[in-house]
Amino acid sequence: MKSIAEIDAIRAKKYAEIALRQDKTKKPDDVKAHILVCGGTGCQSSGSLDIKQKFEEELKKQNLEQGVSVVLTGCFGLCALGPIVVVYPSGSFYSRVNVEDIEKIVAQHIGQGEPVKELLYEETVLEDGSVKPLNQVPFYAKQNRIALRNCGAIDPECIDEYIAMDGYKALEKVLKEYEPQQVIDVIKDSGLRGRGGAGFPTGMKWQFAANSVNDKKYVCCNADEGDPGAFMDRSVLEGDPHSVIEAMAIAAYAIGSDEGYIYIRAEYPIAVNRLKIAIAQAEEYGVLGDNIMGTDFSFHLGIRLGAGAFVCGEETALMTSIEGHRGEPRPRPPFPAVKGLWEKPTLLNNVETYANICQIILNGPEWYTSMGTEKSKGTKVFALGGKIHNTGLVEIPMGTTMREIVEEIGGGIPGGKKFKAAQTGGPSGGCIPASLIDTPIDYDSLINIGSMMGSGGLIVMDEDNCMVDIAKFFLEFTVDESCGKCTPCRIGTKRMYEILEKITQGKGTLEDLDKLEELAYAIKTSAMCGLGQTAPNPVLSTLRYFRDEYVAHVVDKKCPAGICKALLSYTIDPEKCKGCSLCARNCPVDAISGEIKNPYTIDTDKCIKCGVCMSKCKFNAISKQ
Amino acid sequence: MSEKKTIPFQGTPQQEEQLKAVIQSHKDEKGALIPVLHEAQEIYGYLPIEVQTMIADGLGIPLSEVYGIVTFYTQFKLEPKGQYHIAICLGTACYVKGSGDILEEFKNKLGIDVGQCTSDAKYSLEATRCIGACGLAPVLTVNDEVYGRLTKHDVDDIMKKYV
Repeated sequence: MKSIAEIDAIRAKKYAEIALRQDKTKKPDDVKAHILVCGGTGCQSSGSLDIKQKFEEELKKQNLEQGVSVVLTGCFGLCALGPIVVVYPSGSFYSRVNVEDIEKIVAQHIGQGEPVKELLYEETVLEDGSVKPLNQVPFYAKQNRIALRNCGAIDPECIDEYIAMDGYKALEKVLKEYEPQQVIDVIKDSGLRGRGGAGFPTGMKWQFAANSVNDKKYVCCNADEGDPGAFMDRSVLEGDPHSVIEAMAIAAYAIGSDEGYIYIRAEYPIAVNRLKIAIAQAEEYGVLGDNIMGTDFSFHLGIRLGAGAFVCGEETALMTSIEGHRGEPRPRPPFPAVKGLWEKPTLLNNVETYANICQIILNGPEWYTSMGTEKSKGTKVFALGGKIHNTGLVEIPMGTTMREIVEEIGGGIPGGKKFKAAQTGGPSGGCIPASLIDTPIDYDSLINIGSMMGSGGLIVMDEDNCMVDIAKFFLEFTVDESCGKCTPCRIGTKRMYEILEKITQGKGTLEDLDKLEELAYAIKTSAMCGLGQTAPNPVLSTLRYFRDEYVAHVVDKKCPAGICKALLSYTIDPEKCKGCSLCARNCPVDAISGEIKNPYTIDTDKCIKCGVCMSKCKFNAISKQ
Repeated sequence: MSEKKTIPFQGTPQQEEQLKAVIQSHKDEKGALIPVLHEAQEIYGYLPIEVQTMIADGLGIPLSEVYGIVTFYTQFKLEPKGQYHIAICLGTACYVKGSGDILEEFKNKLGIDVGQCTSDAKYSLEATRCIGACGLAPVLTVNDEVYGRLTKHDVDDIMKKYV
């Protein structure tokens, strides 16, 4: 247990050590460099742990250890360029680092103070050879990192580094200066809305939970990030776990709770591990547990692992799962704020929502409302993926347009292909077609165009993606993940999937499109929980913006994007074919025949449409339609 | 597709001791079943009916309820994994970049479906939800090794490493 004075002393001391990462003029004389290695899941998958180890070995070997520390951090955001290494005080950004590069980086950069320019992220190197700061690179320039402020900046396994970045200062402020109701008022005034996707005003949620009178209340965190292609919450927990713990303690103080749970996906081993470490450290420092910071406020926090059920991201299902049952939702009302976990009033917020709380407390609600649009304040984190150059994690002020995200931050579509649509909100959301690329990203604008904010997955698609196939992909997901409790979701989504399957097989009719729509609206209005109510969205939104593509499948029996195999046929252009036989030799089913030096032909009955012939042909003689 | 067959349960007394210790440490906790199942799967690699029975008896919960939970959550496995467990990510980012084709290629090459294990217990195949390495899409893992930025033509090369 540390006293407030002791924590202040730790803050001052540690800040002096790490301030050079923000401001190079603050480098203490005895510190030479900080080498930050990304330890997020993406970079660890491409070997960042070996890279960290190699740095340590190499520093030792070259006798350059003095004043140099190697730190494993959370996600820097630019996952496409991983593994990432940033060296301070210069802030040099090394991308796609190989273990073989490290000897040179250590010798030249650490040893002689000269960054290895050819290994730096090319966008940071100017034509004259000088290096520009990272925050002027297009990917970072338009971002405003609040929830992600510490990701990639501190060692998430070191509470002192978090404290140095004003960590646990918001909790201290709240305990010393605010009555619980004042805390709720600050959150209300900030205009913060739930970042899990639905956008319910956070302050109101806190108020409801505070108003419930009971001897026991719970504060929970939803870290069951199930949307495929979304990894915002994971990155926050991997990069800055204490910010969530501190915010949950503040929420507990505000609503009068003394116990909480973080429900996190078991598929996120790194995040789970860092959370465990962070909770243990917070308890040791007395910022979590009994009599926090010497006051009579106590708060205990536990971790519960999800087990691969998407429906558990729904609030009532999540609580049923924490209780140890099948994660099936239950009807609301009663709302969790009245009757939640073990029938006690419960406050449940998403990871990213919590990650904003401490900054709002420290900087005030006016600071927060100065960012964003009229009804959507602050920033939103998106996981940018799919057909885009800069795959990764971005945090943008609300109101930024899709065009800015795709073209400027995301660096556009690879291979000179055309932007077709962006999908937000995962299996609950919809797509934003190219014609609406200037839509500002906020809760209400996205609802208006038939999509939704969602938790933050943003998948970019190009002309090679078939929108019917994408709708089918999401329906397959919801069919699989439907818990089966209510009929519209269990049976309705399955019927929708079957119709889509029929269409992609080339057996659909125009009536099927009407039937799809009718079913979609019926499920939306009658399903019990959010999963079922939103499951038809991907179909409705693709029908709205890409009806011509559905019609092409149904009427012309063609898949314009060339994805749906049943509607494809491969042909050899006799003009271009040189008769080299390469395609025939590679065909796995012997569907191609012919004589050497004469044009070959494909037997479409035998062809399994694997596409091997097309990729092998050196004369571009094979095409698919 | 190969016939689905059960691989006999081969639990050791040591594993049983470990499981008993786990049950003991969670016994009086509220909502203990799911944490116990997670730890049991760490010990055995999967949750065959024999293990479920021990947990049901140990926690005083009906076996039907334990089975109900195990089959509800996809994380819990009723089948053991092969020596090489191939997991292909079917998250959206990977899917739009062609991971579906890669999965098909593995199914054809191995002659098994998703969730199955080859009869020699060598390979098992899984289609996973997003593993969060979207920057490397499309991505797959073989045991703990991660392979990224793949096309279906890489399947042969990967298979060659695991014979």
